This record gives sequence, C-alpha cells and structure tokens, in this order.
Amino acid sequence: MQREGSALHGVGVVMLKELSDHLGSVRMRVLEWMVVLFALAAVYLAIQQIKDVTAEDPFLFLRLFTSAREGIPVTLVLFLTILVPVFAIGLGFDAVNSEHNRRTLSRILSQPIYRDALLFGKFLAGLVTLSISLIALWLLLIGLGLLMLGVPPNAEELARAFIFLLVTIAYAGVWLALALLFSIVFRSAATAALLTFGLWLFLWLLWPLFFSSMLAGIIAPPDPRYTALGLDTPETIEWQTALSRLSPSTLYGEVALALLNPAQRALGTIYLAQLQGAVPGAPLPLAQSLIIAWPQIVALVAGSILLFVAGYILFQRQEVRA
Amino acid sequence: MSDNVIEARNLTKRYDGTVAVNGISFSVARGEIFGLLGPNGAGKTTTILMLLGLSDISDGEARVLGHDPVRDPLAVKRRVGYLPDQVGFYDNLTAADNLRYTARLIGLGRDEREAKIKDALAHVGLADVADNRVGTFSRGMRQRLGLAEILMKDAEIAVLDEPTSGLDPQATVELLEIIRNLKRHNVSVLLSSHLLERVQSVCDRVALFNEGRIALIGTVPELRRQVIGGGFRVELEAEGQGLADRLKAVPGVQRVEDAGPNRLRLASERDVRPEAAAAVVAAGGRLLRLSVEEPSLEVIYTEYFNRINEGERHAA
Repeated sequence: MQREGSALHGVGVVMLKELSDHLGSVRMRVLEWMVVLFALAAVYLAIQQIKDVTAEDPFLFLRLFTSAREGIPVTLVLFLTILVPVFAIGLGFDAVNSEHNRRTLSRILSQPIYRDALLFGKFLAGLVTLSISLIALWLLLIGLGLLMLGVPPNAEELARAFIFLLVTIAYAGVWLALALLFSIVFRSAATAALLTFGLWLFLWLLWPLFFSSMLAGIIAPPDPRYTALGLDTPETIEWQTALSRLSPSTLYGEVALALLNPAQRALGTIYLAQLQGAVPGAPLPLAQSLIIAWPQIVALVAGSILLFVAGYILFQRQEVRA
Repeated sequence: MSDNVIEARNLTKRYDGTVAVNGISFSVARGEIFGLLGPNGAGKTTTILMLLGLSDISDGEARVLGHDPVRDPLAVKRRVGYLPDQVGFYDNLTAADNLRYTARLIGLGRDEREAKIKDALAHVGLADVADNRVGTFSRGMRQRLGLAEILMKDAEIAVLDEPTSGLDPQATVELLEIIRNLKRHNVSVLLSSHLLERVQSVCDRVALFNEGRIALIGTVPELRRQVIGGGFRVELEAEGQGLADRLKAVPGVQRVEDAGPNRLRLASERDVRPEAAAAVVAAGGRLLRLSVEEPSLEVIYTEYFNRINEGERHAA
C-alpha cells in the first residue's frame, strides 16, 4: 500500500536535535578526550621512531600513521581500529531503546513524521558527530606532523591521508549501524551496549586470529603434501583470508595498509607470478593503491548500509507501545 | 460528510495468534468527550494506536477527520494530538525546548512557534517553569506539559491515554479541568482510562471495553438503564409486615430485593423516595432509613461483568 507524504519529512529536525544532544553530552567529552589522548600518544611514538630511523623516505608523512616505536607495537592505525568502534558504539548503543525507555517514542511518532525520519536522523547525527571528531583529529595530526617533523606533506601524501580519513568514517559507519541495530533489537540499553561491544571484540580479535583459521581448516583441510614441506596449503590460506574479511576491522586494516604503504602491491596471498617483473619496494601510484583497496572500501560501505537496512526493517515492524 | 471526527468500523488487531481488538465500531462527534473505559489489557491503547496510524490495522476500517490512518498517517497526525500513557519528555531539555522540538517536527515557523509555546504553557499553568529542565517535573506537570503540546499543535482531536493514572487527587482535578477546557475550545477528546469514577464526570459518552470488544456504549444514564434496569436504587430500612408487596405496587418501581433484616432495595426509573415513604407509612410500618443512590459507572461496570460471568457459569 502506498503511503502519502514524504518519508524524509522531519529528518533535518531530528538530526539537528540529536546532533546537539551528542555534542553537548558528557559521553561525547569523554570519548573525544580518549581519542585525542590515544592518538597523540601514537603520533608521538611514531615521530620518535621516524626521527631515529628514517633518513630518506618519499612518503615520510604517511609514516606518522604506520610507524611504531621499537618495542611498542602500537601504530596510529591500530589505535583508530580500536577507538573508532568504541566511539561509534558509544554514540549509538542507546539511540532507539532510550526513546522507548524515556517513553518519548510514541509521543514523537505521533507528530506528523514517519518512523524513517527518526531513524535516518539518528544515524546521520551519529555519522556527522563522528565525522566532525575524525576530521578534527585528522587536522590535528597533520598539524602535529608539520610541527614535529618539519617536512610538509606532498600532494599525494595528503590525498592518501584524506582518502584514509573517508574510509575511517565509513568504518565508523559500520559500527554505528551495528549499534543502532542492537539499540532497536534490545529494549535495555545496557544489554545492547554489552552485546555490541562483545560482538566488536569478537570480530576484531577472536574472529580473524582464531575462528577464521579454524573454520578454514575445516572447509579446506591442509594438504599433507604441503604440510610435509612445512608450507601452508594455498586453499586453506585463501579460505582463511576470505573468512577473516567478514570482520570490518580486518577490512579496515587492509585498506590502511594499501593506502598508507604505497609499496603494498596486493592484499592477502601473493603468488610468485604476481611478483614477476615487480621492483621490490617501488611505490604504486595512488590510483593503483586505490584499486587494490577498492573491494574492501566497498565492503565497508555496503556493510554499514546492510546493517542499517536490517535495523530499518526491524524498526518499521516494531510495536510502538512498551 | 457527517459530523463525526472519528469513525471506526469493525476495527480488529491481531498479534500472532491472539486478538487484541476484536471488531469494534464506534464514532466520536465533533466537540464530544468520548471515554474508552475498561480494565488494563482490554484493547484500549491498541485501538488508539490504530486510529493514529502507529499500529497496523489487521481488519476493518478507520476514518479520522476523513483520513485513513493507514494510507495517510501524516495528515491524521498533523491534526490529532496524542498524550500517551505515562508520557515521557527529554529530561535534559527544558519544558519550552521539548515543545520547540515538537513544534519543529510539526513544521511551525519560528515566530508562530514561540507565541504558541508561550500560550500553551500559560494555559496549563507551566509558564513559570518553562525554562526548567523536565527532569525536575512531577508526574502531574509532565501530563500537563503533554496537554500543552496538544494545545500548541492546535489539534482538532485530543487523544489521551490514561491521562489521570498515577496522579494525586489535586492534580487529577486540575487535569480534568484542562480537558473540559479543550471541549470548550471545540476540540473533540478521546480518552481511555481504567479509573471509571474519575473520568465519568467529564465524558459525554463512554464505551466499556472487555477482552477486545466493546461491551456497552452510550451515555452514562443510558448504560445505567441498560444494565441496572432503572436508573436509581432506593434503599430503605423499615419495620412492618408485607412491605415488599406494597412497595412493588408503587408506580415506577421495577424490582424489590431483600437486602437483609428489615432492609429492602428498590430499583426504579426515577427517585421514588416520597412514594416509598408513603407506602411504608400506609402499610403501618415504621420507616427507619431511606436513601437513594445513583449508581456510578463503576457499579454499572461491576454489575455488567458479574452478570456476564454468571451467564458463562450457567452456560458451562
């Protein structure tokens, strides 16, 4: 049946209200400071390392993101991999269930807007909040790099770093959509938060490190001929890579690798044939790096859309009354 | 078009397996206060949500101000104000800010918005606390803020779900007064409640709900006549012989029941106290006490369901 009127009527109003809630909230202050402090620490360590080690590097600036101090294997990319989900989940886990629990949902929905507007508005507000924070952080990092390295970034470095920023926002969108979905499914905010964080820990740590290889071993058992030689079976490895890519954290890590290391020629298994004629360590042009990372980028965006759609369908079917 | 603002025909709501609302029909006229009364879980809130387009209609049809709430919920929601059961507001915002948010959702312009918010808050007596955070408000103040929202909206119909539940007597009186005021402004009111005594005084007509159906519908005197027979119950305490037969002969008396030693209860169409007194005296009896009781909605309700339950027991 056709509904009359625009589904998007009121999105802007909801978004501005949610945005002002986010920006004024104590939770936001805490998350902001956490991100800034961790990022500063990571950059500081990276700069120390760069000063000590790197003499000449055409992509000195990008090392800010990927270098780790010797003995402390912590890079800025790793920090973002961990902190961006925490930030996004922190903003989204009580988006819808708090409206239920405050008993505001039926009152708001009795105004002339569709449910779509409420959900779109909430998602957009979360995404804008995350974008503002990440852009501020990004500018801060560029500024710090300029000050402490004393070398300005070249155009390609800036372009790579900027695309990396966009991908980080998409990565944040995945977790925000997941948190929003759980805030629709679970009426209790505490349950939703716990489960979202639990799922995040599982997808970030356990899945790529343990379960993907275990499952790959079951789906494509290692060939004894390879094992005898002390090698991994290519099929098993491919399955393992494919499975581990179900985790958004793995995808994000791979995009970071391709974008911030111009010398990276492939993600996943590299066959000997691919190395023929390659000059080891020679950087790829930006467009080529983008092509390598493109499937991962698309997967991140598609993932957040899928999760949002799942939440959207559930929300449309949910009964308003408590 | 008729002058009914709400029309429901055979409205039905099924949740998987269970029927929450089972084929109800009623209409609300312009400027009328209509009460949906019944125990919790009888289907009152579900009916309201269907009329507002907030819940799908499984079967039947509804028209609110001529609009179909399924096809065109925005048009319905633009002209109808809704005060949910235990209404909630954003505690971190002030009363005025809460209304501002709603006003923006409705789409009021800035100047119109501020003027209407000010008027509405003054009307419900919250002008002094307009800039206090709602977190500090009592239950009664929240309910009144909810009514302010409906006033601000210039709604033609106010739908109030359990507006008086959880309020102290003073707050209830204030709230009912505001509801009467709505009627004076030619706003139709549909209200639901399980507290029969309190809403009896404001409702023009009521529908008594039971297990998803409307058991009775009409004005309170009409229901009284339907259920109790007459409208009045006269209780008398008198000593004497054969009084019951004498009283039965009094015009207007429909039934005479024995209510204990020397006590009789008469059901009658009108107040028959003078005639009953005369009859007792004429029979040489000693009249000790004589009182009349106009059965409240609660009595009607209890009586009705007792009868239904007895009927079921007999049937079984």
